[in-house]
Amino acid sequence: MDVNWLDVNYISWLILFFPFLSFAIIALFTSRNLVVSQAVALVGIGLSWVLSMALFVRGVWGLDRDLGHDPFGSSTDWMDLGTHTFEMGVLVDPLTMFMLLMVPLACLLIFVYSLGYMRGDPHNARFFAYLSLFSGGMLTLVLADNLLLLFIGWEIMGFCSYSLIGFWFHKKTAMEAGVKAFMTTRAADVLMLVGVGYLFIMTGTMEGHGPTLNFREIMYDHHGEMLEHLVAQDAVIFGGSAAALIGVLLVFGTIGKSAQFPLHVWLPDAMEGPTPVSAMIHAATMVSAGVYMVVRMFPLLSAGADFHHGDYSSPMVLMGLIGGLTALGAAILALGQNDIKRILAYSTISQLGYMVAALGIGAWIAAAFHLVNHAFFKALLFMASGSVIHSMEHGEHHTHDEHGAHEHGGDSHGADEHGEHAHHAEPDGLVMDYCAPPNDVQRMGGLIHRIPATAITMALGGLSLAGFPFLTAGFWSKDEILAEAWHGAFVGAQAPLPLFVLLTLLVAAFLTAFYTARMWFLTFWGRPRTEAAENAGVGTFRKQWVIWWNRTRWGKQNPQRVTFATPVERLSAAQMEVPLMVLAFFAVFAGFIGVHTDFPLLGALNNPLHDFLAGTTAHHAEVIDLNWLPILFSIGLGLGGLGLGYVVYGIRPLQAGQTDPTERALGAGIWTALQNRFYIDILYRRYLVRPMEWFAVNIVIDAIDKETIDGVLETIAEFFTALGEGFKRFNRVVIDGVGDGVPALIGQFAGWFRHVQSGRIQQYLFYITLALLAIGTLFLIQVL
Amino acid sequence: MLDFLRVDFLTLMILLPMVGALVVFLLPQERKQEARWIALGVSLVVLVMAIGVFYAVQANPPNSPDEWAFEEEAEWFPQINAAWHVGVDSLSATMILLTGLLVPLAILISFEITERVQAAMALFLFLETGMLGVFCALDMMIFFLFWEIGLVPMYFLIFLWGGKNRRYAANKFFLYTMAGSLGLLLATQLIGHLVGTFDIPDMLRVWPTLTGEDNELLGVDYSIVKYYALLGFALAFLIKIPAWPFHTWLPDAHTEAPTGGSMLLAGVLLKLGAYGFLRLAIPLFPYEWTSTRELVSLEYNLVDVLGFLAVAGIVLGALAAWGQNDFKRLVAYSSVNHMGFVVLGLAVAALMYGTTWAEEQAQAGNYSYLKNIAGIEVPEGVSDQSEVDKLYPPEQREDDRENARLAMNGAVLQMFNHGLSSAGMFLLAGALYHKAHTRDLRKFGGLWDIIPVFGALLIFTSMASLGLPGLNGFVGEFLIVSGAFRTYPVYVLLSMLGLLVTGIYILKGIQKLLHGPYNEQWAAYHENEHSLEIERREVIALAPLVVLMLVTGLYPNWVLEVINDGVVTFFTLGG
Repeated sequence: MDVNWLDVNYISWLILFFPFLSFAIIALFTSRNLVVSQAVALVGIGLSWVLSMALFVRGVWGLDRDLGHDPFGSSTDWMDLGTHTFEMGVLVDPLTMFMLLMVPLACLLIFVYSLGYMRGDPHNARFFAYLSLFSGGMLTLVLADNLLLLFIGWEIMGFCSYSLIGFWFHKKTAMEAGVKAFMTTRAADVLMLVGVGYLFIMTGTMEGHGPTLNFREIMYDHHGEMLEHLVAQDAVIFGGSAAALIGVLLVFGTIGKSAQFPLHVWLPDAMEGPTPVSAMIHAATMVSAGVYMVVRMFPLLSAGADFHHGDYSSPMVLMGLIGGLTALGAAILALGQNDIKRILAYSTISQLGYMVAALGIGAWIAAAFHLVNHAFFKALLFMASGSVIHSMEHGEHHTHDEHGAHEHGGDSHGADEHGEHAHHAEPDGLVMDYCAPPNDVQRMGGLIHRIPATAITMALGGLSLAGFPFLTAGFWSKDEILAEAWHGAFVGAQAPLPLFVLLTLLVAAFLTAFYTARMWFLTFWGRPRTEAAENAGVGTFRKQWVIWWNRTRWGKQNPQRVTFATPVERLSAAQMEVPLMVLAFFAVFAGFIGVHTDFPLLGALNNPLHDFLAGTTAHHAEVIDLNWLPILFSIGLGLGGLGLGYVVYGIRPLQAGQTDPTERALGAGIWTALQNRFYIDILYRRYLVRPMEWFAVNIVIDAIDKETIDGVLETIAEFFTALGEGFKRFNRVVIDGVGDGVPALIGQFAGWFRHVQSGRIQQYLFYITLALLAIGTLFLIQVL
Repeated sequence: MLDFLRVDFLTLMILLPMVGALVVFLLPQERKQEARWIALGVSLVVLVMAIGVFYAVQANPPNSPDEWAFEEEAEWFPQINAAWHVGVDSLSATMILLTGLLVPLAILISFEITERVQAAMALFLFLETGMLGVFCALDMMIFFLFWEIGLVPMYFLIFLWGGKNRRYAANKFFLYTMAGSLGLLLATQLIGHLVGTFDIPDMLRVWPTLTGEDNELLGVDYSIVKYYALLGFALAFLIKIPAWPFHTWLPDAHTEAPTGGSMLLAGVLLKLGAYGFLRLAIPLFPYEWTSTRELVSLEYNLVDVLGFLAVAGIVLGALAAWGQNDFKRLVAYSSVNHMGFVVLGLAVAALMYGTTWAEEQAQAGNYSYLKNIAGIEVPEGVSDQSEVDKLYPPEQREDDRENARLAMNGAVLQMFNHGLSSAGMFLLAGALYHKAHTRDLRKFGGLWDIIPVFGALLIFTSMASLGLPGLNGFVGEFLIVSGAFRTYPVYVLLSMLGLLVTGIYILKGIQKLLHGPYNEQWAAYHENEHSLEIERREVIALAPLVVLMLVTGLYPNWVLEVINDGVVTFFTLGG
């Protein structure tokens, strides 16, 4: 086959190929050589990024081509099934193109960041191999032209997240977190698999059509003829249409992957992995994959529903309810956390809830927009938190009078003893979540003077998360979701679902702004609350910052001294903080591509995103009218939350020894509930996992297999043994009793032989069996 | 009788290992190394022949159920109307390839056997003859003969080279499979006697419609006779697969067998049962499987029961695997779990086969069968094809057939895949046991830093076994789930619980062996007493499996194309 691999239709194969190649090279050849492994990984993802950008340039400006109508892509025969052939291929349509803007870039930055973060880890090469595989999985998912390939990428990521969350597998908590992540998502994935399978088989029931999973064939070609067919078919179980059942099953997959209630439990634990992994999982790949999938399948999920007029399909209702609930619940949980990464983890869950809820009310473009913006600012926030933890670890080591450079990039040193201890004391886990000292925001304070670049970029990321008006990316995408919900609730459909979504998201928006402010001020503001924070490691641009700071009003009251870092520390800091700066740029400016055209000033940018993305589906989504009310609400709540945070934590920063004002305000009962994640994890463990394990050991193995089945067999065996014994005795009696029985026996034998000769099959077969047994016995004797 | 000695390709392939076994067995005691290499050499020649068969069938697939590649017929036992009749179709070619592949690997692994080497090697080759013979047999007597040949060497392998509890395990294995063989034997005789031949193609033509005079066979109502004949077959094959609740021999046999024996037991011998279903049990009894029966006002058919057993195997097998602390037992129970999916796929195939068959009977003018097949209620006295089409439109028929093709493709592919991954898992379990002399998961932990290569290979193979997309296991499971869902939605949803637990026990295995704090105790053992790291010979034996797991996951069509030919042919029945 003559293929030009640099042709736009084939280049996407290369994009997903290079990270896999890096993985293979590292795993097979270079795992012993750290530097080469890192180089291989970086080159792999770097090439993917370059090619993606090339493709982007070609796709958006280079060709005069409507990408939605006429996407890039190619496919190949993959499996023969019956009279049809399943084709596997890649597809680059506007949605994929949009994702390609974010995924390779975010991955590349995470790789660079990891160079600094993982310095000195003995399994560094393995780490980069997994990261490469992880990126390869995500790129496969994004570039897939069918649901099966998407699912393959989906599960490869599941495996990688398991391996990377449990990367420090010596630690019990890490190992368990990895298993928890894998199993929780798998619970959803097996249902999704049924959905994929059902979709596959149902598409085959359309006349003149073989079973297919190709996105275009199902949702685009012939204006969604296939969707109508799927809506017209009755579901095989549970009632409703086939499309609705498939949709609901697929949405389950997203609930697991994107950590929506009630399967959100794995994500907060996922921070047991090294921080770059958290960034990878929370931002660029894993959880985004769940939302990407429902965005991708949106025409199917909304098939048959006229949501502009208040008629929602069951998958949409499910998404709206779950998304709204999750956005709010996770925001509340984020309030009550002290672990900086756990605050961010809950904020991820909450923000994903926004996206899922947006899809529930039909705003898929807003969801995709928020997805990419969120990926940028959350990658930034996570990596910044890693930088904070890194710096705090430095301080902890210093405080404990250990040698300055630590040999292990562990996030939670000492988690072993403490974590294990807590587990032993309360086997049900009914304790406040353990928080490793370097992660504890209560132990920080004043870090802006140690790592100013991190503090400022994290502030930008936080503002974006909080939806700081006009200037940040997060504002524009969140506002678009709220506007759509407002539109659904009061203008267009006027249905209860968008009203529910609107209310939950508005409250969550306020909480988000507040907890973001709390996190930032507790970490960076005021004076250090512990010795560790006092001696925390230093980052880039510290000198410039201190000079500037000492000139300000605050500097007069709290002057700082300049200290010097070793070259290795400086390199680590640079490798960690440069990616933050790049991401900060996107966290601020990525939003301007999606501003409503009627918006004053910025509307002049012409909202290129909407027009571009709308081409992804056969029926183009329309832009709703600009409405100032939701914008005002959104501004008010965002600023209100941030303002409250500033009032509580910014004006008079928390001093060492003081109780957190939030804890005081909430009261001990609610605080404990939040620290225990509303007891959901304990509930699962106590009423789901344990009983299942008990059932496996006591019922399945002991009661069924050992006692019933083997018991019955033993009884039969005993019966036959007894029977045999009986015959033996009988024979002895007969033979003893009849002295001249032998001739008679011979006679009998002769008669028996005649029967054999007569060709009766039974005897022949019996003979063969006997012969085999005899051969076997001889064999046995011989070898013994 | 001389015709029997005429050498043909398949005959040569079947008999070559037996000749090799004799040669190896007769070698003097001290010639251990020669025995090993001769055995390996013979099995490699057979592998080349098996590959030849596979690609020949791929190039020229037999397109009707009456057509066989490499067909040979010779007089063998005319007194009982049994003949040496062998041949292959696409389905058996796949299984032959699997057998040809796994035997050399098992022999290579069995190089570790140091006692009675000649006998062990001879038994492996003898076993290969038995397995290949079953897959090639087109005569019931030949089939039964080789079926039994497959049993005996395995018994001795377990009994003589097995672990501590080998006596119990070997006897249990023997009794269980003998019970199955008894059923097979009786049913075979019965059918052979009534049909008048043991030729499988002839039996398949005659037996399904055979009703006897006055609807009586041997003086008993024919439906009862057929019902019991079916039970005989089903029992033998279900024990061999093993389907729940006939599976309890398997954990013992697997656990006690030497590594090479476990590999073949899991890799090929379990497939004999599934192969028996698709070659004999389903085509011989299309009506018996699918006709509606009643039990206390509950309507069911035997395929439903089969599906139920499949789901029970999937779920309970997975749960039982989860509860094990012995690594080999865990892997052994995983076979119950995985083979459950095969049975589920076969159940869907059986249902469709019955429907198709009944339809063909209807086209030939006999409407009585259609009446009782699930889903189609043809009113009394209907004798017009268009009437049938109205009740069961051809489009729907085609859709259902597509379903069944998917499910059966999945089932056969799963057979192949399970052969690869379970052999790999047993190889790894054995490799560790051979060096550490314990299989107790509770005693391990933290090994990954000590034995990194073993760890990586274990994770890879475990993931294949778990059905991680991108590796082989997934494709088969996906096809079975797709194909079965419209027919058995409840079963499929229940089996998803099993798939979930599959994840748990696989991760449990990995976690208990590799993860956890660095294991000082084993590290000292590794340093001072015996290396725990996987040996080069073992890596060589595992490498083909690893490559095939990956290749099949990435491009299943290399084998699925052949399987699909076989499946399409399977559903064309007589016409």
